[in-house]
Amino acid sequence: MSWIVALAIGSIIAAGIYLALSRSALRVVIGISLVGSAANLLLFASGRIGQGVAPVIPAGQTELVDATNPLPQALVLTAIVIGFALTCFSLVLALTVKQKTGDSDVDEMRDAEPPWDEKGQPAFIDDEDRGEPLK
Amino acid sequence: MTQFLIISPVLVPLAFALITALLYKKPQLVSKVSLAGGFALLGTSLLLLSRVVSDGVQRTSFGNWQAPFGIEFVVDPLSASMATITAIMGVSALLFQMSSADPAPEGPTLHPLLHALLAGVGGAFVTGDLFNLYVWFEVMLLSSLGLLAVGMARRHMDATLKYFTLNALGTLLFLAGIAGVYGMTGHVNYESLSVASLLVEPMRLLPAVALVCAAFLIKSGSFPVFAWLPAAYHTLPAPILALFAGLLTKVGVYAVLRMMGDVFVVTPPVAYEALGWIAVATMVTGVLGAAYHWDMRRILSFHIISQIGYMLLGIALNSDQGTIGTTFYILHHIIVKANLFLIAAIVFSLAGNYDLRKIGGLWRVRPWLSALFLIPALSLVGIPPLSGFWAKFILVRESLVQDHTIWAVAALLVGFLTLYSMIKIWMQAFWSDHPDDDWTPPKGLKLGPAWVVTIGLAAITVAIGLMPEPLYRFAQEAARVMGGGL
Repeated sequence: MSWIVALAIGSIIAAGIYLALSRSALRVVIGISLVGSAANLLLFASGRIGQGVAPVIPAGQTELVDATNPLPQALVLTAIVIGFALTCFSLVLALTVKQKTGDSDVDEMRDAEPPWDEKGQPAFIDDEDRGEPLK
Repeated sequence: MTQFLIISPVLVPLAFALITALLYKKPQLVSKVSLAGGFALLGTSLLLLSRVVSDGVQRTSFGNWQAPFGIEFVVDPLSASMATITAIMGVSALLFQMSSADPAPEGPTLHPLLHALLAGVGGAFVTGDLFNLYVWFEVMLLSSLGLLAVGMARRHMDATLKYFTLNALGTLLFLAGIAGVYGMTGHVNYESLSVASLLVEPMRLLPAVALVCAAFLIKSGSFPVFAWLPAAYHTLPAPILALFAGLLTKVGVYAVLRMMGDVFVVTPPVAYEALGWIAVATMVTGVLGAAYHWDMRRILSFHIISQIGYMLLGIALNSDQGTIGTTFYILHHIIVKANLFLIAAIVFSLAGNYDLRKIGGLWRVRPWLSALFLIPALSLVGIPPLSGFWAKFILVRESLVQDHTIWAVAALLVGFLTLYSMIKIWMQAFWSDHPDDDWTPPKGLKLGPAWVVTIGLAAITVAIGLMPEPLYRFAQEAARVMGGGL
């Protein structure tokens, strides 16, 4: 049974990394978000997959029998929320990149590291514009 | 009181992040309050350090849920020293921000993000729980992404995207590693892990541990996944750059040290061997990258990578001396690297450009700045009697004692190439003449706080260099507490 989950996690990570290697900034963001989903699935799977009752001791008894492990589920919840915040930020980032540079082709983005000149010497970095923060 | 001190590396910066965010309508007040927050963090960190030195390892659990079910903050000497140096770096960056040497553009988000970053770094250093470490890594990641994007210019957006991709992937790998570790041992608390990992066959646990450490290696900028560092760091304004350069990569090294040197001591030797070769490759590629560039920030960014190699070498040596060497190196290097970036910012404000091909002649107009530059520069190279010499000496000696001759030779050769870079900066920025014949340094620069910070950090470097014994004894105690294991 758990091999299905393992296969699913593997294919999601593969899809995510394939997207993260693409040229469009938006696809990169979606790819990273997919890898995040796969990591969450992996964390969930570490709590063992299978049948189990809720981890509440029934009335009149003193120990849990066959309960699922709640800790990995709590870890996954935390990771989902953190991943969600990261995805939000990265989407705004991809959008801002598109607004500033006109297109979102990551291969064409050479503002931070300009290509070398014809003699192979490093380019001068143009940072006259010290930047204006958002108000 | 002790409980407050233990959580202060997180609580104080978070509180000041909130306060500076609420004060956004009063910009003049924000920077002063922010600096007060930096000093508050420094005060509580020093108190925590003195408490740990006198009373031993301090620990507290949240909500009174005891380990292994609750989250613990465990402060041993290594964590306390890291929290203190975080505070020192915070104060340096905030004080330098008040000068006119390449300051960050003051907006409503700058100081809250700076303090949030300090909170994330502090939390990563004092936590005693693996998943809690992931949370602090994410706090650091988001704050650093925000700080990278603060300028909102095209190159800032470019740098932020490149930084984001690899670092986000790194933290997700960390999450996957935690899944593996938890699945095999059933614990995430450091102490419970070091006990529980003895029950799992080492080679079975190795892939999960290696995945976790691979994530930390991405974070620390080691070979071959360091490309995000020279792509992003040089677009930052100087005080933030010094903070990033000093702290962020060292959190990754600290995490590797904690995992491979403390929690998972039963890791098979092949992992340490692999880490050693990664360290050598990191050292060499970093310094070769630095030799190519002419922009001071890019040279120094590549040197960060190269020096990370030294710290990883100490972890790979897997002995008390190796851990002492890494601890000494981290503490020495944070001070020296931040100082170098800040002095480069002062050079930028006087000479007009960061690119060495366009500046020069500073020896004649500012001889004391030139002498000041030599202190962290020669310390980075490892020339006695500065702090870098002792750090490298411990590591090279231990490599030779353990018959890793190639590693020792690589460490020394990289030192020579580091010397080449530092001399290149010295010759181009200070010794040779300015390309523009009638250049004079601009008047009306407010460099007071900049001088205070750089001279203070240089004084710490000289003090460690002339009197390494106290720091060595402290590092020895830190290694003993860690090696004591359970």
